[in-house]
Amino acid sequence: MEAYLPEIFLGLVGLAVFVYAVLDGFDLGVGILLPMHTDDLAHRDQFIASIGPFWDANETWLVLAVGLLFIAFPEAHNTVLRELYLVATLMLIGIIMRGVAFDFRAKAITTHRLAWDRVFKIGSIITALTQGYMLGRYVLGFADGLAAQLFSILSAFCVMGAYTFIGGAWLVMKTEGDIQKRSAVITRKAAWATAIGVAAVSIVNPLISAEVAERWVSFPAVILLLPIPLLVTAVFVVVDRYLVGMPHHKDFGCWIPFVGAAMIFLMAFCGLAYSYFPYIIPGQLTAAEAASAPESLMFILVGALVVVPVILLYTFFSYRVFWGKVGELKYY
Amino acid sequence: MLETLELSRIQFAANISFHILFPSISIGLAWFLFYFKLRFNLSGDGIWMRAYRFWVKVFALTFALGVVSGITMSFQFGTNWPGFMATVGNIAGPLLGYEVLTAFFLEATFLGVMLFGFHRVPNWLHTTATFVVAFGTSLSAFWIIALNSWMQTPAGFEMRDGVAFPLDWLQIIFNPSMPYRFVHMMLATFLTSSFLIAGVSAYRIIKGDEKRAPKIALKSALVVASVVAPLQIFAGDMHGLNTFHHQPQKVAAMEGVWETERGAPLLLFAVPSEEDRTNYFEVPIPNMASLILTHEFDGEIKGLNEFEGEHPPVAPLFFGFRIMVGVGVMMLGLAWLGSSFLIRKKAPPKWFLISLVAFTFSGWLATLAGWYVTEIGRQPYLVSGVLKTADAVTPIAAGNVGLSLAMYLTVYAVLLVAYIHTLFYMARKSVLVEEFETNEALNTVVSSEDDSKIPLTGQQEASM
Repeated sequence: MEAYLPEIFLGLVGLAVFVYAVLDGFDLGVGILLPMHTDDLAHRDQFIASIGPFWDANETWLVLAVGLLFIAFPEAHNTVLRELYLVATLMLIGIIMRGVAFDFRAKAITTHRLAWDRVFKIGSIITALTQGYMLGRYVLGFADGLAAQLFSILSAFCVMGAYTFIGGAWLVMKTEGDIQKRSAVITRKAAWATAIGVAAVSIVNPLISAEVAERWVSFPAVILLLPIPLLVTAVFVVVDRYLVGMPHHKDFGCWIPFVGAAMIFLMAFCGLAYSYFPYIIPGQLTAAEAASAPESLMFILVGALVVVPVILLYTFFSYRVFWGKVGELKYY
Repeated sequence: MLETLELSRIQFAANISFHILFPSISIGLAWFLFYFKLRFNLSGDGIWMRAYRFWVKVFALTFALGVVSGITMSFQFGTNWPGFMATVGNIAGPLLGYEVLTAFFLEATFLGVMLFGFHRVPNWLHTTATFVVAFGTSLSAFWIIALNSWMQTPAGFEMRDGVAFPLDWLQIIFNPSMPYRFVHMMLATFLTSSFLIAGVSAYRIIKGDEKRAPKIALKSALVVASVVAPLQIFAGDMHGLNTFHHQPQKVAAMEGVWETERGAPLLLFAVPSEEDRTNYFEVPIPNMASLILTHEFDGEIKGLNEFEGEHPPVAPLFFGFRIMVGVGVMMLGLAWLGSSFLIRKKAPPKWFLISLVAFTFSGWLATLAGWYVTEIGRQPYLVSGVLKTADAVTPIAAGNVGLSLAMYLTVYAVLLVAYIHTLFYMARKSVLVEEFETNEALNTVVSSEDDSKIPLTGQQEASM
């Protein structure tokens, strides 16, 4: 088991990033979609109420992902944050803005509420864009140059589109009536943007990275990998058709867009994992090279094996408690 | 021009100072909320639930600020102090990992139930969620204090090729200063949160709030403060003795002792000068420092000159220590005075209430001063005897660190103003709301077998 510790932790970091992208992805998306017309206050309240009980725990997955990187691969953690110093700072400012705006809006003077809502929306946008940009820089191993910069900017908008998509899908699932209809329209647009983005990244990435290209187009890998793009396409089509047909009788299958979005996230992660395994920093540093002392990794792994299932259990419990359509925004 | 090292230190200090403000309230406040909820369950008196509902909103706001500033902290290690992880990552990593795994998820998830779940889960489960959040905040303090204390008094490890490797996790976690620091910090959060509750409740009463909720909150806070304040002075003294044993240079700076001496005086005031390596304007009490630290009138205290070049800057420790103790003693006085009114069943006079308002954030002052003493007191080391701060800093250009520092300072200044402003705004708003008889609705929730939703009226909503 000790021999595989670096790979196990690479898998754990990947899992934490994936869960983060889906969970905080939807609440960031809801923030990005927050309607800002002054007469939309009731709508905004519903948006906020739909993510109220969850956003805090969702964000914790980012702390876990960074924490695991920090625990298991300190050298990679240092490199990543050194290369991304300013953009990471900007992301943190974004996270701070939205996190506090969420609570201030409910307590502050009513006339300030619109201002805090703006802070919430802008903070969500900054967080999404910076995360996408960092992902772009990361997969290219922090390469410099115009191509790399443009790719990172493409990635920034791609991630923002994907978060908007899953956020809209969340709203379709959690709301009803007018908001649901409006959410369906915007989710469809975001789904298209995400599809184009995923396609663009899938084409550009092998073009600028020879190693990735080799992994994807070699035989027989290409046959074994074919299900990934096919499945992604199928999911996009199903979600698109479902959203076009809104509203459905008795709200049939309101979960379809959200589950579809989560599946696309999963496929995208599998694609990335396949492209870069076992690197912790693409093209530069493998998991085994960067790993901490085995005695430290074992100590934390034992705990993680006990605690992570418990976390998943009570996370599920929390979603179960707040199951169903969102009601009025209330605090107790 | 400031260099990357100085800027990174200022940035880390700014981040951690801002961060500690919020846990120092939320840890204690969470236990207050659990107490309010228990009193409500036992008595069925809706007044306890009203106190709960006011303070749970303060808790939510405080917690959110703690979370976002905490996330910032978790990035700082990598962005500004890569040498920290490279040298002691094998120890620091797992401790932080356990904090995230065992505490952060617990707090964050059950906070959702605590804030939004009152009508969605059975009452016992809501009470349990409140307990779990309180427990989670304390557990997270446990892990982070374990790491901080290990940096002060490292144990249970060995160095191989300049990198620390763990030998015994129990020794690492329960390192020599950990139990003292943990108790000292937990008591500090109880003091900080009781003075916050007392200050805001006194403010409501001054503003003409005749309701019972602020009165019972004030009473609870004063009782807790009266018990905790003397305990804190005792715990602080024990912690000081522990520091004297393990980090004598820190205590020498706190006491302003330059030359090793027997029967050292306690300096009530002085202006230490590192240039001349002496104190000016001393106001001494003979032999007292030796008595406190060694329990002998002529006990020996090692002076700073024995650690020349290896001891922390003297003035911040000397003054920080006196600020902490001074504020602590005043808090003790106020708490006991308040309790004397309670015992005599006398309504507290207005000047006393005003004093409490002035002391709303006294816990912040004492906590910050105390942390400055302990953290600056570790310098020039980041990990005592293992890693110097200057050797851990990032190679990032000073301009970039300056830019990030400016961004953080701006955001933190705005947030601090907004936080304090909102707190008192909430207090004023609650004054205007009349006391509605919500007891009935609340009692139904408790007594009824099914946990179906029983909506409160809009007016009751507004009175939270």
